[in-house]
Amino acid sequence: MAEIRVEKLHKAFASFVAVRDSNFTVRNGDFFCLLGPSGCGKTTTLRMIAGLELPTSGRILLGDEDVTFKQASARDIAFVFQLFALYPHMNVRANISYPLRSQGMARSEVRRRVQEAAKTLRITHLLDHPVSGLSSGDRQRVALGRAIVREPLCFLMDEPLGALDAEFRELMCGELRALHDRLGATTVYVTHDQLEAMSMADTIAVMNQGVIEQLGSPREIYDRPSSLFVADFIGSPPMNLVRFRGRLARGDRHVRVNGADVAVPELQEDAEEGDLVLGVRPEHVRLTGDSAYRARVVESEYLGTTQIVTLSAADGSALKARLPADTEVRAGDQVGLAFHPDKLSLFEAHSGRALRTRLHAEAAGG
Amino acid sequence: MAEVRLQGVSKRFGTTEAVTELDLEAADGEFVVLLGPTGAGKTTTLRLVAGLERPDTGRVFIGGRDVTDSTPAPRDVSFVFQQYSLYPHLSVFDNLAFPLRSPARRMPAAEIDARVREIAGLLHIEDKLGNRATQLSGGQMQRVAIGRALVRKPTVYLMDEPLSSLDAKLRAEMRIELKRIQRELGATILYVTHDQTEAMTMATRIGVLERGRLVQVGSPRNIYEDPVNTYVATRLGSPSINLVPRSLFPGVAAPAATVTIGVRTEHLRIRRSDGAAGRVKRVEHLGDQNHLHVTLADTDVVVLTDPDEGLGVGDCVSLELTAPLFFGADGARLRH
Repeated sequence: MAEIRVEKLHKAFASFVAVRDSNFTVRNGDFFCLLGPSGCGKTTTLRMIAGLELPTSGRILLGDEDVTFKQASARDIAFVFQLFALYPHMNVRANISYPLRSQGMARSEVRRRVQEAAKTLRITHLLDHPVSGLSSGDRQRVALGRAIVREPLCFLMDEPLGALDAEFRELMCGELRALHDRLGATTVYVTHDQLEAMSMADTIAVMNQGVIEQLGSPREIYDRPSSLFVADFIGSPPMNLVRFRGRLARGDRHVRVNGADVAVPELQEDAEEGDLVLGVRPEHVRLTGDSAYRARVVESEYLGTTQIVTLSAADGSALKARLPADTEVRAGDQVGLAFHPDKLSLFEAHSGRALRTRLHAEAAGG
Repeated sequence: MAEVRLQGVSKRFGTTEAVTELDLEAADGEFVVLLGPTGAGKTTTLRLVAGLERPDTGRVFIGGRDVTDSTPAPRDVSFVFQQYSLYPHLSVFDNLAFPLRSPARRMPAAEIDARVREIAGLLHIEDKLGNRATQLSGGQMQRVAIGRALVRKPTVYLMDEPLSSLDAKLRAEMRIELKRIQRELGATILYVTHDQTEAMTMATRIGVLERGRLVQVGSPRNIYEDPVNTYVATRLGSPSINLVPRSLFPGVAAPAATVTIGVRTEHLRIRRSDGAAGRVKRVEHLGDQNHLHVTLADTDVVVLTDPDEGLGVGDCVSLELTAPLFFGADGARLRH
């Protein structure tokens, strides 16, 4: 398997810049997710790695080899698309073996590899079935089978689970990750679904308008979003972003929001007087009678394990709290809110940039 | 609005039994969600209520009146489909007004105007009334499609996966809005989905369908906490409930016929314990919670933990069940 390095990668379609100055390394054995909304440049990035699209400038290295301008077929890469393109007139075995037969591989070797791929994907019993009668999950397994028989250096996947319903998607997420581990593969995976990315990836690159906004482990991205965009994109429901006016100095441990003093991780930089944003994950909100941070319960959504409670604060801002399902709340209740002080984020409103706090220093220190 | 009642309804297409002896009632003002995977008979049930299909046996009642033999029009239901179909050449206003302008209704223009504005306000699209339908985002288009159903005051609203074409964020917003609108209008809604979150968050009651049969009806909490069999237990909850062989937890007191123990991920207490049989195989960081995948005697068990728990891959752990459910050989729930 191999390492993929992307250096200053840039792609413009006429005046539209699809990918702007991307730099990242996918380490050998990494499960790497490109995550972002539609139109953010994630698929274009993947297509350039595959060789289906040529960059306007920049370099792509596969192992030590510069493959930037090599044809797709000369790169040892397997591509799995969102829509499983299977040959409808062939059975499962013929579909999976197709890439090998077209290379002129010896028949016994083809047979061995197909058997192995089918076993990995648990579709051995389907090998002689026509593909037309298969369920969508099985069809996607066949498409994956066609990618893995080639035993490539790396897998590129473009929303391979997008067409499946939620139940199958959850199952296939687990299977894909297990497959990646079993094969010792390097995988670059494109998705707009944060849950897929969070549950499978070692590293996530969050993209927005052609730019990588943040690169890190799922935990880093969730706990310390580097921008308002990332904070709002990750999490379901996403981070509560409460605007307030203020100025902050290095060493501060409190901010004044909605008429209450809120304890935050110690600031490591100054922020001039202006619009700031306090970021609070819904699960870090607690209801408490005696807090000065007042809000009214708007409604509650029951989710089994937990409930999502929508709150309207005295300053007019809306917040969501994730609370245990057995906490009793009623629409109209007046409540006080407390936040988990070690988990809060702060942002500059105009640039969207996260302010540095003790959280970042601790992460950098280990 | 009116109540809807299905009584012993069956419908067969060729050799496939789509709906089998279905009994279901949606009371006036109730939001009833039919939940099930593809092919469970959800859409057929809606079409039977709408009069787009005729049952082979059984009766359909709307507002206490037997409508089994009547055509769709006199049933006066309003149907929202999965794929929104708007008139692209018309404005949002005209799209919304369209169902009211039917010659059969003869509604005065002033009344149409008032009704359209009221519904546009409910859906927060009042500032878009002058736009062409094609100038809207996907979420706004779907709101217009839902609005076109809401402008009428039908006996009942029938909705077939109306949110499934929207992205996750919009879907979450629309869930809340739809629930609010339903409350404000006091509407009776029969709603079909395979999405458990939609069912849990919007329904007054959920009906769980399996291959054409209604397996359980109850409040979301009732279905989640007290499922009648393993099928229902796996419908709600993400990640799914753990279903493990009874022999995995010999120390747990269970009814004699128990074959399978069901335990939700939040009903397991996990402890680091050197020499214990459980091994942490994988840690999924989902942000607000971690899912620990534990292998115990070759069986995978998923455990919900706090992200600050500090357990890692390879750790030896013991598991304790706090609220196990017991199931027999046929999957039916067993009680003490």
